[in-house]
Amino acid sequence: MKKILELQDIKREFQMGSETVRALKGVSFDVFAGEFVTIMGSSGSGKTTLLNTLGCLDKPSSGSYLLDGVSVSEQNRDQLAKLRNEKIGFVFQSYNLLPRTTALENVELPLFYDPRVTAAERRERAAAALQAVKLGDRMNHLPNEMSGGQQQRVAIARALVNEPVMILADEATGNLDSRTAYEIMALMQDLNQSQGKTIVFVTHEPDIAAFSSRTIVLKDGRVVKDQVNQQIRSAKEMLAALPVTEDY
Amino acid sequence: MALQRNKLRAVLTMLGIIIGVAAVITIGAIGAGSTASIHNSLSSMGSNLVMVMPNSNAPGGARLQGANVETLTEKDFVALKKESTYINAISPSSQSKGQAINGSLNWPTTIEGVSEQYLAIKNLSLKDGKMFGDRDVHTYAKVCLLGQTVVDNVFPKGVDPIGKIIRFNKIPFQVIGILNKKGQNTFGQDQDDIILAPYTTVQKRIIASIYFGSFNASAKSENLSQAAADEMEKILRKTHRLRPNEDNDFTVRTQAELIQTLSSITTLLTALLTAIAAISLIIGGIGIMNIMYVSVTERTKEIGLRMAVGARGRDILNQFLTEAIIISVTGGLIGILIGETLALVISNALHWEPIIDKASIIEAFGFCTVIGVFFGYYPALKASRLDPIQALRYE
Repeated sequence: MKKILELQDIKREFQMGSETVRALKGVSFDVFAGEFVTIMGSSGSGKTTLLNTLGCLDKPSSGSYLLDGVSVSEQNRDQLAKLRNEKIGFVFQSYNLLPRTTALENVELPLFYDPRVTAAERRERAAAALQAVKLGDRMNHLPNEMSGGQQQRVAIARALVNEPVMILADEATGNLDSRTAYEIMALMQDLNQSQGKTIVFVTHEPDIAAFSSRTIVLKDGRVVKDQVNQQIRSAKEMLAALPVTEDY
Repeated sequence: MALQRNKLRAVLTMLGIIIGVAAVITIGAIGAGSTASIHNSLSSMGSNLVMVMPNSNAPGGARLQGANVETLTEKDFVALKKESTYINAISPSSQSKGQAINGSLNWPTTIEGVSEQYLAIKNLSLKDGKMFGDRDVHTYAKVCLLGQTVVDNVFPKGVDPIGKIIRFNKIPFQVIGILNKKGQNTFGQDQDDIILAPYTTVQKRIIASIYFGSFNASAKSENLSQAAADEMEKILRKTHRLRPNEDNDFTVRTQAELIQTLSSITTLLTALLTAIAAISLIIGGIGIMNIMYVSVTERTKEIGLRMAVGARGRDILNQFLTEAIIISVTGGLIGILIGETLALVISNALHWEPIIDKASIIEAFGFCTVIGVFFGYYPALKASRLDPIQALRYE
């Protein structure tokens, strides 16, 4: 199995005035292709710092981080941007879609910064990504014309469009009601199981972690638990089991 | 494109540039138009004209107005006519104000005594009749040519003035010609309110003086007018027996010099007004900078997202810089359109040749691009240097 992520003794320290805050105190783990990993931890556990590091938005103070074989610590600002563009698909809690911009144009955005992709190919691939999240009929809708779940699916399409080695989700269900959250998790599971996408999902909800194949728990900047999930729950089944709510 | 998402704001931002560019172009066109109009009207009096005026050199005491000083005489005229090599025509001028009378009609006007060469010197032409000749000058003939204003005022409509007798200060003159209309000169004087007669007649019968008010000569070409002026000065110093240390008791002026002086005044005024208009352009540019700053702050989260999906600093810089340039160049184009329209309307209203300066359009266009880059650069740089982590979490 191919290693997508290799973290070796990652430390991250921030200088806050005269105090040094140690957010990560030596984190090591590997993620293989096709895994669905949830990273859990309460606030202050270093979860966000780890997410920024994994997403190549931040560089570790020490330790080595290989993303798809590339040593992230050695990259400069522009090279990090290129890494993010080619290897990572972000999904955020608050969707982060461009307002007053159609779903299709939102999904095209990452390809816009990839000089190898032509305008025609960009459009084609964005349309395909929207089809994959079952929003083929909403391509020309604006974000404010869509529900939260639909917006998040547009964001997932945006994360898929550049064919990244890893989808990095940050509390991607945090703003959604439980039914919609299950829908999103079902989509994630589908992408992981039927298309083999590697997913790293940062969350603080244990409920969500049950859908993943592996859970890493952080506490005070260290990994305190890293276990493979033996009984993966199916979000699709959970969705089916939900009582049919009546419209009000 | 963010501009399409916020059309009203983009248009309002452009307004500063639109007004600035329109002002610069309109003022530039007005300046060029007025300069050209002054040049035209002076040239129409003969751009190769050289004038000699008497000059008071009375040391101390009361200084007299040029026209009342008596230094230019027949002797000077003869000498200039004989010795000047750079001129092809010369005429003295003696003026007197008085009343032109024809029967019950009368009109206050000016009679100007001139030589037979005067028409050529002043670019005048005859509408009817003929000019008096050398013989008329020698014989103090009581003949005259009338300007259109005089004709209109002392002859009833439909009467042909040629051959008729009018009186000027009780002296009867036979009308032998009518001058073509010339209109007002640059200074608002009616150039058609004039009677021309042989200078000998005017000197002897009307003003009873042997002195001239001025000489008008035409140099062989506009380029030779300065040489002609210098030569005439030399001749006059000789006939006036001025010692080398004495000042001239006359002044020699060329029309070219006058045109240049007036042009330089209008050019200066135009430059001044253009500078003021340019300030409004700079204010427009500051408006762009202001809006770009607001836009960068407002779109911090968008910038964070773009960076997260792979935009480099320079991609963000280009994006904001492009927006600033589009605003300023679009504003510039609209400003050019409005400015040219205004210039056309104004030149029509003032009966000037409409002058559309192609260089000024290119300049305005280039200036707008520079303004867009200059005032858009700093906000764009600020945007490009945002930390993606903080930008993403910005609320």
